[in-house]
Amino acid sequence: MTQALGDTLLIAGRNLRRVPRIPELAIFAILQSIMFVLLFAFVFGGAIPLPDGGSYREFLMPGIFAQNIAFASVITAIGMTDDLNKGILDRFRSLPMARSAVIAGRTVSDLVYNAGILVVLMASGFVVDWRVHTGIGEFLAGVGLLLLFAFAMAWIGVWLGLNVPTVEVGQQVSFLVVFPITFLSNAFVPPQTLPPLLRTFAEWNPVSALTAATRQLWGNPNPFAAPGFPAEHPIELTIIWTAVLILIFAPLAIRKYQSISR
Amino acid sequence: MNAIVAEGLVKIYGKGKAQVRAVDGVDLAVAQGTVLGLLGPNGAGKTTTVRMLATLLRPDSGRASVGGHDVVRDAQAVRSIIGLSGQYAAVDENLTGRENLVLFARLYRLGAADARRRADTLLEQFGLTDAADRVVKTYSGGMRRRLDLASALIGTPRILFMDEPTTGLDPRSRLGMWDVIRGLVKEGTTLLLTTQYLEEADELADRIAVVDHGRIIARGTADELKKQVGGERIEVVVDQRDAIDHAVAILRRDADGEPTVDRHTRRITSPVNGGAQRLIQVVRDFDEAGIKIDDIALRRPTLDDVFLALTGHAAVEKPAGEEAA
Ligand SMILES: Nc1ncnc2c1ncn2[C@@H]1O[C@H](COP(=O)(O)OP(=O)(O)O)[C@@H](O)[C@H]1O
Ligand SMILES: [Mg+2]
Repeated sequence: MTQALGDTLLIAGRNLRRVPRIPELAIFAILQSIMFVLLFAFVFGGAIPLPDGGSYREFLMPGIFAQNIAFASVITAIGMTDDLNKGILDRFRSLPMARSAVIAGRTVSDLVYNAGILVVLMASGFVVDWRVHTGIGEFLAGVGLLLLFAFAMAWIGVWLGLNVPTVEVGQQVSFLVVFPITFLSNAFVPPQTLPPLLRTFAEWNPVSALTAATRQLWGNPNPFAAPGFPAEHPIELTIIWTAVLILIFAPLAIRKYQSISR
Repeated sequence: MNAIVAEGLVKIYGKGKAQVRAVDGVDLAVAQGTVLGLLGPNGAGKTTTVRMLATLLRPDSGRASVGGHDVVRDAQAVRSIIGLSGQYAAVDENLTGRENLVLFARLYRLGAADARRRADTLLEQFGLTDAADRVVKTYSGGMRRRLDLASALIGTPRILFMDEPTTGLDPRSRLGMWDVIRGLVKEGTTLLLTTQYLEEADELADRIAVVDHGRIIARGTADELKKQVGGERIEVVVDQRDAIDHAVAILRRDADGEPTVDRHTRRITSPVNGGAQRLIQVVRDFDEAGIKIDDIALRRPTLDDVFLALTGHAAVEKPAGEEAA
């Protein structure tokens, strides 16, 4: 057990050490989000009125955070596929190390990576006048929820990364999944503006739940379409989603990893 | 005692019509401290065999043990005594050479200080000290292979698997790698080495198993395999066509079998035992009889001849390839 933990930290350390060696990945991820912030805050924002009033930029930033956390699964998948195809997994698998450590280490390193990205994004949010209006406790609770969700997304990324033949395919497939759940959500527009069927999807969508939960915790504008569980209990819904995703994808990822040897 | 034993190993890829029997009933026994060369062309099943022995792949049937541990039931025990250097260098391109080795050493249960020391030793041993703190991306093909081999040696394994250690290397790097391998073997490491190159197996291996289409089609020492295609021959090209009959008569007397004659090229070939001494005798007798010769040589069969005789097809193209920048 301590061996598994030690090995997990070694692998996570190795993954993180790679981040500054391939700076393009992190820089593009950050630039892309900053572009989103600028685009929505200054270009589209004016055309999107909030039903109950309030600052669009304060509404926007929690959506940007959640979007980035969801997209982080792509980074995880890329890392996993790369290790698989470059034979690094074979090297690890021929060592007398804890087998669980390779994927556990990947989820841990990506959690740290996400936390770093979040710091940069929060700083850029601060520049466009996004503020937390509640206490430090609520602020940290919101960050905690974001990272919890990031952990669930990392397991999806691991599973996906082990199932695709190349990094490029992995990238395409994960965008196919991540785009709908981030854009058919309350992240950029109030759900009221969506047609009814999409509105229901957007209400229950895990990214919406996460966005609404952090808005609620931080006192940012949090309009919802209709009363109901997602509107009234976004924090609980986020935790349920996270648990469900981990319960589904962690075993799938582990099983896939073990079956590489078949 | 045998360090590596395999009995009836089978690995099947795919299903139905697309099924490939990559390894189709392989038996092996490698005595401790010896080198077995698994020789075969591309697609013969060498890599698949090595991956099963190194616990990376589960056999579909048959069994194997390495260092006395079953590769399926006791895989973790196998991993703690083996080193594997795969067909493609399995090192992290985005880490430095030193970082790679330290990481693998730590995962091998060495403490931080021991890991650093082990890495230093290996970097020195493989001539990578100057490049130790550069990311592997900047390494040449030969350097990557050496780093990969160093990684395989992290735990000072008693049993080592090397899958095509010199494929893709330029001739100089290849000779360097051979020296490294010879050094390891001298220290008593049991080695299973795969290769497509006949001269490589001849050079490094105590015993050779020739594999084709997932089966072992011949085995023995290099000399035993060569005997299967016949022993040494003397080959003479005489200067004048008129001299052929006289030359054949001399060879009948001096050599050890019926000479074959190609009148058109004036070439006479005759089996011979006793090597160079007999060659000198033949040259003397030709000289005494006043027969002028264009060319004379003692020919030993190469493993190329062995492969052709066993399978009816040539093994592979000759080693080539540039070292990547
Ligand atoms: N993962 C795989 N899936 C399907 N077929 C494979 C796979 N790996 C190898 N093969 C096939 O198995 C045979 C043996 O391959 P391999 O063991 O790599 O040979 P070698 O290492 O001698 O070149 C080849 O026909 C190859 O195409
Ligand atoms: Mg191979």
